[in-house]
Amino acid sequence: MDFAYRRRKFVNLVSLAGIFGLAVLAAVPFFVVSVFVLDKGLGAISWDFFTQLPKGPGEEGGGMANAIVGSAIMVGLAAVLSIPWGLAAGIFMSEYGDSRTARCLRFTTDLLASTPSIVVGIFVYGLIVVYTGFSAWAGAAALTVIMLPIVARTSEEMLKLVPDHVREAGLALGLPRWKVIVRLVLPAAKSGVITGLMLALARVAGETAPLLFTALGNNYHSESLNQPTASLPVQVYNYAMSPFEEMQQQAWAGALVLVLFVVVINLSTRLLLRSKQGWSS
Amino acid sequence: MSQVASTTEAIPQRSRRRDLHLADRIFYRVVKGTAWGMMVLLLSMIVVIMTMAWPALKEFGLRFFVTNDWDTLGDSFGALALIYGTVMSSIVALVISVPVSVGVALFLNELAPRWLSKPVGFLVEMLAAIPSIVYGLWGLYVLAPFLRSEVQPFLSEAFGFLPLFEGPPLGVGMLCAGVVLAIMITPTIASVCREVFAAIPVAVREAALGLGATRWEMLRISVLRTSVSGVVGAVILGLGRAFGETMAVTMVIGNIEQIKLSLYEPAQTMASILANQYAEADSDLHLSALTAIGFCLFVVSLVVNGSARFVVSKFEKRERGEV
Repeated sequence: MDFAYRRRKFVNLVSLAGIFGLAVLAAVPFFVVSVFVLDKGLGAISWDFFTQLPKGPGEEGGGMANAIVGSAIMVGLAAVLSIPWGLAAGIFMSEYGDSRTARCLRFTTDLLASTPSIVVGIFVYGLIVVYTGFSAWAGAAALTVIMLPIVARTSEEMLKLVPDHVREAGLALGLPRWKVIVRLVLPAAKSGVITGLMLALARVAGETAPLLFTALGNNYHSESLNQPTASLPVQVYNYAMSPFEEMQQQAWAGALVLVLFVVVINLSTRLLLRSKQGWSS
Repeated sequence: MSQVASTTEAIPQRSRRRDLHLADRIFYRVVKGTAWGMMVLLLSMIVVIMTMAWPALKEFGLRFFVTNDWDTLGDSFGALALIYGTVMSSIVALVISVPVSVGVALFLNELAPRWLSKPVGFLVEMLAAIPSIVYGLWGLYVLAPFLRSEVQPFLSEAFGFLPLFEGPPLGVGMLCAGVVLAIMITPTIASVCREVFAAIPVAVREAALGLGATRWEMLRISVLRTSVSGVVGAVILGLGRAFGETMAVTMVIGNIEQIKLSLYEPAQTMASILANQYAEADSDLHLSALTAIGFCLFVVSLVVNGSARFVVSKFEKRERGEV
């Protein structure tokens, strides 16, 4: 074998090994982060974490019940507001999506989806908080703006996976177009659309930046939706930055809850999609 | 979809059928209206934020972007240090993340067998799903001490002559923010790179292999070289994400408005100052100045993401032979 050939084989080997190394490097952070969150979080979490209100600085015990309830309320409100709107917009972009207008709106939706979440917080501050003060409504509005483009784009993608012959069959039977969409296309894409919605929920549940100056925070349960409201991510942030050991412990417990929530949703939706994937594969 | 002929021109003989078409028209109007709502939302975001930012922009003019002066008590604001912090931390993140992302995309798309590429791909995608706040917590209590005790002394010893690695190791600072950002933007860049590589026809690869290229030569000639513009688009998308990233950076960058070349020094970014000061702004002008920073962030993200999407979609069209 001549030298040039051996050199090429050597370069090939080294480069492929390098690519393998980079791939390992990309997969490692997930392990490192989740191992530490599990380790520190499991040491700090207890039943009290879910049922108790926060204790004062430096005191043992207490929990984040108020933050968990607050997060659930705001994420729930955001879901109620954004899912019908986003789904309808997704239907437009998938079913009537070939015009110039539709392409333009799709681009707009992409831009909305990539807007930094802190900017959304400022928008809601200027739109709502300036007039009514910090409230759960404002927090929910910020989460809605973040969730909306994700819901629209994912439902569009999922609806597009339904093959055209389903639509043609419906139209050939004399069904009006709206009935074809609502009764045939949507059910066919159901598991995919639900997956998209779950992922959007998981994404929004971990959002901190837009809540900092819309919902603010609260050390107690909020009595109404017009009051400042605690949320799990914001409480984790405040506790993480505190100098007290006990609070930092609570922050790790909160982080564990957030990560578990996200991972469970991601894993389960993936399994759901795999078991029901009729058309796309 | 579009291939389906419109039903609205069908025979309007019987009144019952006409009613059906009325329902069709209403349905169309409603879903179209909701889609236009996206546009309304984007425009109203621009208007609302612009209105709030206007007093500060009028007061300071261009000076706002070229002076380094953030005096909340004296009501004098210039955002240069924040712009520097954002740009520098993003550059550090890109330097670390781009080779890793391109590498993992190549591995998953071109080299790995399916049983391996699925789970590894999942791990990388999960990086994008972990909330930013968790990265911040991890960065602050795990990564920063590790950098201070292990990595920074080593860097100082090896590259201490560079101004980038000057000064005492603090852990928390620009370097830490860069590393955390790198982890957070890797899934974005990698997934767009995978799309871009997947758009290149198999025949191009087979041609290279058929001419006797090694595996690596094939990757270099038929994958990497043809996809440069697409990869650039992916990197710009990652940059857009790094610019706007708030919580994780706020927790690990140290939050001091200063321009220091050393990566060990604490800094402040456009996003992190918003997280730190917005809820308790001292004066109207302070609030307006902060909003002006948010407005810049918004405009930059629109431009960056818009252009990146344009580049990537153009690349994919070219590969599919549509242009």
